[in-house]
Amino acid sequence: MKNKKKLWKLFLSTLYLSTFTFGGGYVIVTLMKKKFVDEYHWIDAEEMLDLVAIAQSSPGAIAVNGAIVAGYKLAGIPGVLVSILGTVLPPFLILSVLSVCYKLFAKNVWIQQLLDGMQCGVAAVIAAVVWDMGKEVVEGKNMVSIGIMAAAFSATCFFHINVIFVVLACLAAGILRFWVCRLRNQKKEEEGR
Amino acid sequence: MIYLQLFLSFLQIGAFSFGGGYAAMPLIQEQVVAIHGWLTVREFTDLVTISQMTPGPIAVNAATFVGIRVAGMGGAAAATAGCILPSCLIVSALARLYLKYRKLAAFQEILGSLRPAVVAMIASAGITILASALWQEAAVKTIATLKLDSVFLFAVGVFLLKVKNKNPIFVMLLCGLLKIVFCRLTGMG
Repeated sequence: MKNKKKLWKLFLSTLYLSTFTFGGGYVIVTLMKKKFVDEYHWIDAEEMLDLVAIAQSSPGAIAVNGAIVAGYKLAGIPGVLVSILGTVLPPFLILSVLSVCYKLFAKNVWIQQLLDGMQCGVAAVIAAVVWDMGKEVVEGKNMVSIGIMAAAFSATCFFHINVIFVVLACLAAGILRFWVCRLRNQKKEEEGR
Repeated sequence: MIYLQLFLSFLQIGAFSFGGGYAAMPLIQEQVVAIHGWLTVREFTDLVTISQMTPGPIAVNAATFVGIRVAGMGGAAAATAGCILPSCLIVSALARLYLKYRKLAAFQEILGSLRPAVVAMIASAGITILASALWQEAAVKTIATLKLDSVFLFAVGVFLLKVKNKNPIFVMLLCGLLKIVFCRLTGMG
């Protein structure tokens, strides 16, 4: 009975967070921390940080991943199912309605102009995001990272290579880099002795 | 087998988008616009716009939107299921491993190599959207066919976001309203 109550509370929490969180995965993860750590005391703060790290570094939407880690930690697989349902339901319903309305009003001249203008706004938002993220990479002054960024950009923008191959190539590069670093450190340790 | 196609397309989007938010955008564009032609660039941009104004991850929004337009409610459900299945499996497995071992430094380091590429891929997708915004439906893309009011709106948007730190949703809505005002003033449309 207690478990059922917890699952219900988990469902309502994720439903609420998903409905009222605008602004992407990083925002929802922060709100999850507030709710599950500060308000309900279900997860301790340090563990939550690690779980968020898992959510952020796994593939897929961060909001969904965040719901999965929290759900798993709290109630195992049933918790995962319940929190995914809570997270996916609001956007599913909202977009279902919008995609039907979209067909109806996409032909309206005013809406058309509004969307035309907003397209410029979206382009500006993406430009600003790319600028901030790119600046971080460049300021890191790591030549390998900058090289990866340049190579990935030319691969996708000029050569139209499927982004999945780019992701796989970078994961392979990351594993290689990790091994090389590790071997180097081992060597240093041996020389140090 | 449109349901299976939708499921598999969004499965790939779910499995290969690292970094959340905009990171999924290039993959969605590739699957939905370039490979299957389910949406035009224009419709895709409208979808990104709608996603910005509604709650929920862009991949889930895209799955619902594309699924319904291509194959109704069943399509939306198939696409959404495909999009979250990889997360379910991978994240649950990692959470289990973490709660057992609590050491994931290697994982973090390997993903460090992916982040610069994600930035680059977002930039590429952004360029496609920017081109669609600046030239609208012009067949030939030269400086002469550039829509000047769009260039102006884009510049205003970047200025408000970068210099004035305005909210993205506010900036997008402002650009949309300004466009309507321009069209009224110039008597077009």
